[in-house]
Amino acid sequence: MALRRIKADLHVHTCLSPCSGLDMSPREVVNAALQRGLDLIGVCDHNSAENVLAVKKAGERNGLMVLGGMEVASSEEAHILVFFDDDDDLLGFQDYIYRHLYGRNDEHAFGLQVIADDEDGVTGFCDRLLIAATSLPAEAIVAAARAAKSESLVIAAHVDRQSFSIIGQLGFIPHALVLDAVEVSAQMTVDEAKERFPDCRNYPIITGSDAHGPEDIGKRFTCFTVEDGSVAEIKKALTGRDGRKAVC
Amino acid sequence: MILNDIVKEFGLEVKAGPGHLDQEVTGGYVSDLLSDVLAHAEDGNIWVTLHIHQNIVAVAAHKGLCGIILVQGRDPEKDTVAKAEEEGIPIMVSSLSAFELVGRLYKAGIRGAEAD
Repeated sequence: MALRRIKADLHVHTCLSPCSGLDMSPREVVNAALQRGLDLIGVCDHNSAENVLAVKKAGERNGLMVLGGMEVASSEEAHILVFFDDDDDLLGFQDYIYRHLYGRNDEHAFGLQVIADDEDGVTGFCDRLLIAATSLPAEAIVAAARAAKSESLVIAAHVDRQSFSIIGQLGFIPHALVLDAVEVSAQMTVDEAKERFPDCRNYPIITGSDAHGPEDIGKRFTCFTVEDGSVAEIKKALTGRDGRKAVC
Repeated sequence: MILNDIVKEFGLEVKAGPGHLDQEVTGGYVSDLLSDVLAHAEDGNIWVTLHIHQNIVAVAAHKGLCGIILVQGRDPEKDTVAKAEEEGIPIMVSSLSAFELVGRLYKAGIRGAEAD
């Protein structure tokens, strides 16, 4: 397969995240991504992957590549994006996260957590407290991701933000944490982030939108030169192996 | 003691919810981890934090907290203020550090859950 350049926004929420709108339904997310010229999105709701399969199906029908993942909150309240190619690995990882996530959602305070199918039908509501942090330290989350059968892609989310970032919560990135990349949010440029948070210089960097509404999808993106949108290819691009590249 | 007494006594700047300062303060809690506040703050508590993300409002509403004091002059995010207005959760700002402010609140009679 030949190498090609794809435009990717790896940090997109759906209506499952309590802080996202109902308009982030699978079809809407896919349509908005295609309108923005994206080839690949990463679906990562807070502590859950229950809408991933629906978005994948809607994406497949419309020619959008979809990487399935989650945005996990560690016990230190640092957000970590974890992706798998294999749906069984993702769902197994979700089970593990659920076993370390406590409390029930309060829809009034935190918002609805809608589970949808690929045609935007509502199939249920997740009643777990997805906005909460798990009881798992960041190291344990990464270790669980690495223990899956297939390869995982692990990225520290919005490391430049004050809230919910590994640097904001822990002061610096622990050396023991094996990350594939760090994500810089839409609030600053990559150069600014490298300047203000020197830790960023030690990792490959991606930019993503952290979209909670359709209008934000693709606001920040990363271009990968890869054969396809798989975890293995993206990891090669992040480390510049075999002619693959990541540019943001 | 009601919130308004605290606002006056400590010269707090009210950033959101000025119409909800007549609530009784049942006690105080200080933490910068939302999950910790979710687990341990009590109904009617005043919450002291440096956290400025809009999720503090959701947590305060869920726990029935009477208000949030941001320390060290921290400026709440725009979304945070909007959400606080919507939920009727007062957000106040002190120029003091958390340690100093909590010490003064304690002296003024606000207690933690373990005090009695």
